Amino acid sequence: MAPVSLTYQRYSTKPAQWWIGAALRGLVDASGIPHSGFDGLSLASFTLGPDPAIAMTQHFGMTTRWVDSLAMGGASGIAAIRRAARALEAGDVDIVACIAADTNYTDTFRQLLAGFTRFSQDAVYPHGAGGANASFAHLTNAYMDRYGVTRADFGRVCVAQRQNALHNPRAIMKKPLALEEYLSARPIVDPLGLFDCVMPVAGAEAFLLMRGDTMRKHGLKGARLLASIERHNAFPEDPVQYRGGWALDVDELYGMAGVAPGDIDVVQTYDDYPVIVMMQFEDLGFCAKGESAAFVADNDLTIGGSFPHNTTGGQLSAGQAGAAGGHLGIVETIRQVTGTAASTQVEGARLGLASGFGMINYDRGLASGAVIFAGEDL
Amino acid sequence: MSIQRPRPPRKNPLSRTTAPLLPPPGRSRAAHGLTQAAALGQFALHQCPECQTVSYPARDACPKCLCGNLVVTPVPNGGTVLSVTTIQISGEPYFRRLAPARQALIALDCGPTIVAEARPDCQTGMRASASLQLDKAGQPVIYARPENGSPDSDSDPHWRELVADPLHRRCLITDGRNPITLPLAKALLGSGAAKVLIGISERWKPFADAAKLEALGAVELVDLDLADDQSVSAVAADYGARTDILIHNALHLRPGSILAGGELLKARDAMDVSYFGALRLAHHFGPIMRARGADRDNSAAAWVNVLSIFAHLSWPGFAAYSATQAASLSFSQALRAEMRGSGVRVLDVFTGPMEIDWLEHLPPPKVQPSAVAHEIVAALKSGEEERWVGDVAKDFRERFRANPKEIERDLWRQ
Repeated sequence: MAPVSLTYQRYSTKPAQWWIGAALRGLVDASGIPHSGFDGLSLASFTLGPDPAIAMTQHFGMTTRWVDSLAMGGASGIAAIRRAARALEAGDVDIVACIAADTNYTDTFRQLLAGFTRFSQDAVYPHGAGGANASFAHLTNAYMDRYGVTRADFGRVCVAQRQNALHNPRAIMKKPLALEEYLSARPIVDPLGLFDCVMPVAGAEAFLLMRGDTMRKHGLKGARLLASIERHNAFPEDPVQYRGGWALDVDELYGMAGVAPGDIDVVQTYDDYPVIVMMQFEDLGFCAKGESAAFVADNDLTIGGSFPHNTTGGQLSAGQAGAAGGHLGIVETIRQVTGTAASTQVEGARLGLASGFGMINYDRGLASGAVIFAGEDL
Repeated sequence: MSIQRPRPPRKNPLSRTTAPLLPPPGRSRAAHGLTQAAALGQFALHQCPECQTVSYPARDACPKCLCGNLVVTPVPNGGTVLSVTTIQISGEPYFRRLAPARQALIALDCGPTIVAEARPDCQTGMRASASLQLDKAGQPVIYARPENGSPDSDSDPHWRELVADPLHRRCLITDGRNPITLPLAKALLGSGAAKVLIGISERWKPFADAAKLEALGAVELVDLDLADDQSVSAVAADYGARTDILIHNALHLRPGSILAGGELLKARDAMDVSYFGALRLAHHFGPIMRARGADRDNSAAAWVNVLSIFAHLSWPGFAAYSATQAASLSFSQALRAEMRGSGVRVLDVFTGPMEIDWLEHLPPPKVQPSAVAHEIVAALKSGEEERWVGDVAKDFRERFRANPKEIERDLWRQ
C-alpha cells in the first residue's frame, strides 16, 4: 500500500540519498505511519555508492530489524516484494518500506554504462559503447528475423504508451507521438530509433508492504499479493534471447493466484525497449509465442482500451529512473487495483499484473519476475 | 574492401590538431589474459584444462565444471554472425567521433558467443573470423570480418584505430647502419609508407647502403647521432611533427667480458646510442608524437623498439650489449606507460642473433635482417605490441617462460 511516485527530473542536482529521503517522507505522508515505525527497509539503487542500504538506517534515523538490498535492475521491485513477503509471513518484520531511487547527474548515465558489470565492461562496452541500446538492438534484430515483426509493430506499443503518458502528470514526455514520427525518428542503434529507447531520469518509486492485520490496525487500504515468480539466467542455451524466465514460471504464477491471463484487468510490463514488452505478452500468456505483433494490432493498449497496458506511459514515456524503472509498474498496479490511480485509472480494475526484467550482464537480460495484485475485496 | 585509400590531403595549418581520445579502458584482471594474446596477435580465449570448455567473457572459473584454473589458449576464430547492428549514437566521446560503429553478435565454432566490432561487410548469417586486437587505450577488443571477404580491412576507420599501418605514414628509422634498415625501408615503402627518413651517424665513415637506399625513392638520409643531444634535437625540430612511425633500431654490438678492463668504455658507448639514444629520442620526439596520436589518418601511430632476446637474459660474451638491451626493454615499458592516452602503439620486436658480420662465429639458425624487416611491418599492420622474430627467438621465448634457469645454463655452453 501507500504507493509513492516522485516527479521525475531529466537531470538532478541531488544524490540518490536525497531521493530516498523524499520517498520515505512520501511513504509517511501516504500511510500516516512515522518512519520510525518502519521496521524493514528494502532498497534498490544503482547510484547510492559508496553507501550500502544499511547506511540509510542511520542516515534517516531508522531502527530496523530487516534490511534488504536488490541489485537486479528492473527485476528488483519484484524480487523486493518476494523477499519482504516471506519475511512478513515469518514474522521477522512488520512494515517494510520498499524504495527504488536513483539520481541522474549530467554524466551519471554514461558512467553507469561504462561500469555496469564486469562482463559488460570487459566484453561489450569497448565495442562501440552502445550500452543497453546495442544489446537490445541485437535482441530486436533476432526477434524481428524470427517472427517477421516490423518496426511499425513495435511502434504501436510506443504510441499507445505515449497516449497513456498524456494522462500521467508525472510523465517526462508531454507530447503525443504519431506512428509516422516513431518510424521516422532519429536512428540510435539500428533498428532502434529514438522512441524505442527510454530517457534516463532521476526519481523514486516506493510502497509499503505489511500483513493484512497490520494494515487494518493502521486503518489502511491496499492491494493483496496473490502470486509472484522470479527467475535468473533462464534459457542460457538460446543463442540470442527471444524469451525470458517468465516462460518457465508462468503456470506457477497463474496457478498460485488462481486466475487466468484473461482475468487480468490491467498489465504493467517492464518496457525499457518495446521488444521486451512483446516477449512479456507472449511469455506471460497473453498471446502465443511469436504472435505479439498481431496481439498488439488487435488490441487497444491505452487506458480505456481492450488491453490496458503501462498506464503511466511506462518507462518509454514516463522516463527510466534507474532501478526505479522496475518499481514503476508495481506502484501503478497497486494504485490501479485500489482504485487510486486517478487520471490513469482503468475503470473497474481489480486484478493487476506487474512484471520486471533486468540486468543485461553480457548479451541478454538475466532477471525476470512478475507479481499479481488484487484489490482488497477480491 | 580492397580499394586503396588515397593519401590524405595536406593538413590545413590553421585547423586544430585533433586531440587523442580513448575508448573505455576498464578491464578485469582475467580479461588481461586476452591482452597478452592480443599483444602477440593471437586469438586465444579462456579454456578449462579439465573439461576443455572455452568460455567468454573472461571468467575466473569454468561455467561447466567450476575448475578455477582457466588457461588462455589459442582457439579457432571462426563463427556465425547472429546479429549485426550499427551504433549511431554513443555516449562516449571516442565513439562519437568515430560514429557509426558496427557491432556483431557471433556464435564461435569453439563455443562461446562473442560481441565484436564488425567490419561493415559483416552481415547476419554470414561466416566470420574474429581477431583479438588492442584498441587505442591498449586494451583488448575483438574485431570480426567476413571469413571469405577481402583480407584487407583498411577501408574501415575502426580497423585503422586498432593497427599502425604504414600506409601513407612517414617513418623514421634511427640507425641507417643497422643491416635491417635497407629491407625495412623497402618493406615500409612497399606497404605504402609516404616517406622513410633514415638517420645516419658519422657520415664520413663508409656506408655501403646509402646509394641503394636513395634509389628506393621516397627515402631521405639525415645526419642523426643518437649519442648527441643536439643532433637528435635538430632532427626532431625538422621532422618531429612529420614522424608517424619511429623505429629505434640502434645496433651497437661488440663482444666483451665484464672482467675485462675495456668493457666499461664499451658499455658506455653502447648505452649512449641504445638506451640514452632512446631517451634522447623520447625527449625530442615523444611529446610531439603523443600530441599527434589522433591527427587524422596519418597520425603518429607507433614507436618500434628493435630489441634482442638478450634483453631478458645476459648473453655470455656480450655483457655490455645485453645490458643495453635490458635497459632498452625497460625504456620500452616506460615509454608505453608514457604514451598511454595518446593512441601511439609501442611495439617491441625481439630478435635472436642475426646473420651479420659480427656474429659470423655463431652456428645457424640465425635470423635474416630482411625477415626482421618484414615482421616489423607485419606486426604494425596487424596492430601487435610484441613480436618475436625467427626460430631462435621463438625457442628462447618458450624456454625462458618455462624455466629461465635452464636456458641460462644452456647459454654457458656456447
